[in-house]
Amino acid sequence: MSIGIDYTLTGNVTAGKIFLMRRLILATFLSLFLFANSYCYNLHISDYPDDDGTRLVIKWDKLPPPELAAVNPEIYVLERAVDSPDDFIAIGTVLGLDPALGTTDEALEEGRSYFYRLTYSDSNVVWISDITGPSAPDENWYNTKRTNVLIGILVTGLVVGLYIMWGKKGKSYYLRPIAGLTAMDEAIGRATEMGKPILYSSGRGKMERPASIASMNILGSVCEKVASYGTPLIFPNNDPVVTAVAQEVAREGYTKAGHPDQYNPDNIFFVTDSQFGYAAAVDGIMVRERPATNLFFGTFEAESLILAETGNSIGAVQIAGTDSSIQMAFFIVACDYVLIGEELFAASGYLSGDPQVVGTLKGSDYLKVVVIVLMLLGTLLAVFNQSWFVNLFVTG
Amino acid sequence: MIMLIQFFVPSGFSSDVRSEITDWAQIIYAFALIVGVVGLFKYHITRISRKEEGWVFNMVTVSSLVFMAFLGFVFGRGDGSPFMWFFNHMMAPMQASVFSLLAFFVASAAYRGFQAKNTEAILLLLSTVFIMFGIASLGSSIPLFSDIANWILVNPSMTARRGIFIGVGLGTIAVSLRVILGVERTYLGKE
Repeated sequence: MSIGIDYTLTGNVTAGKIFLMRRLILATFLSLFLFANSYCYNLHISDYPDDDGTRLVIKWDKLPPPELAAVNPEIYVLERAVDSPDDFIAIGTVLGLDPALGTTDEALEEGRSYFYRLTYSDSNVVWISDITGPSAPDENWYNTKRTNVLIGILVTGLVVGLYIMWGKKGKSYYLRPIAGLTAMDEAIGRATEMGKPILYSSGRGKMERPASIASMNILGSVCEKVASYGTPLIFPNNDPVVTAVAQEVAREGYTKAGHPDQYNPDNIFFVTDSQFGYAAAVDGIMVRERPATNLFFGTFEAESLILAETGNSIGAVQIAGTDSSIQMAFFIVACDYVLIGEELFAASGYLSGDPQVVGTLKGSDYLKVVVIVLMLLGTLLAVFNQSWFVNLFVTG
Repeated sequence: MIMLIQFFVPSGFSSDVRSEITDWAQIIYAFALIVGVVGLFKYHITRISRKEEGWVFNMVTVSSLVFMAFLGFVFGRGDGSPFMWFFNHMMAPMQASVFSLLAFFVASAAYRGFQAKNTEAILLLLSTVFIMFGIASLGSSIPLFSDIANWILVNPSMTARRGIFIGVGLGTIAVSLRVILGVERTYLGKE
């Protein structure tokens, strides 16, 4: 019995083993089969760095996925669903041979969840990648790609601030003579002797432009000189805000010179904001009033040569300064003196002699030396194929 | 200062602040434009009333201003409106005429500027000849001219321009710092 039982038991055990082995082999084959057909083709979603929380970066593995190796599609569709992975809509196409293997989804809303998938379908095959998500774009409060600019501004601010402080303490600095500014007194004197007005123009710049601010600073000094000589100054304007500022600056200049009575607000007037309308108006004033001196300081565009050539044709002494390198060339051929580059911004310090303003000029001069050293270093390293140094100055 | 900080902050709040400030600037500009037009009106009316030399031109300016404003307010500025008709058939051709004067001014300035009086002027003249012929359709067919023109534009010309750009950039930063720190207040009508 026991043997029988044992036998039976042994026989049952053997049968059970065979059964188990069969199950195991089947399960192995089945799992291998299933695994081969459920290869996970995932997209990789990440937040776009240094943005306002409206972008996500989507990357994908090399295409085609194994299931589509035989088909090797040329174009796939990238789809997106918002908040829940249900209603997908196509947001773009992906080229199978695109080496970038990624794209940026823009104009998203911060705080919402996004799901993505890649699809392909034709008459024979429908393929959908696994859904990736939820992913939400994050809002950043500091743009790390602009750290180099921040360092540059801080260094500049520190150097200039230091020179302003030294200027405040009364330290004096040497300023090399700038021909255009040295000639200013002579030009104003000439107009006085001839009994003719001086024409001033700040071009087409809006008040927020540094060249316009520099121009207003120069105007202040010019008005002081003009007031003491009693020479009329005509200033037709292209921008109403600049007109209002210029009137205040001129009033202050005349007052500072001790001749507030000579200030005539009608001589500083708005003409038009049209570029060539302004050029025509200023040309007309030049031809009618025949000023002895023309001063052009500010932002100029295509009207620069029209103004300067007309001024030249009436025989006026012309001094110009602009931040536009293209218009500078026109002024150089048509004017008697031209302030080149940063000389326009240095003019107010030069004319006023304010030690604090002069200090800023000295500071920016030293910064120029720093820039030159960095340029030479960059050139040297570039020769030896060391691009890391140049990349330090790339901003985003 | 706010705009400077805004440059480093990419958040939505930051761009909202920028957009708000820009909107305010537009509003201020609109009101300043009214002040400017009133000033312009006053200037010309004064000259007309005093019958100063060329007062007829002042009359033309004032009547044009009133006429165009009337057309704009009464008939609007849409396509096909009388305002746009006058703008397209009078204002635009007049502006184009003034712009076209530039060609003659360039010729006269070039004639005066490129006289070979000294070594620098000779170099300037030679550069002009190469660039003018190198870029013009006739000259670009001559390989030598085209190559020399490109070399001048890409190397010495660009080098000089970049030098100016650096100077202007530093000058701009210095002016901005003077304004931010309150060192320069002349543009505010203060010492």
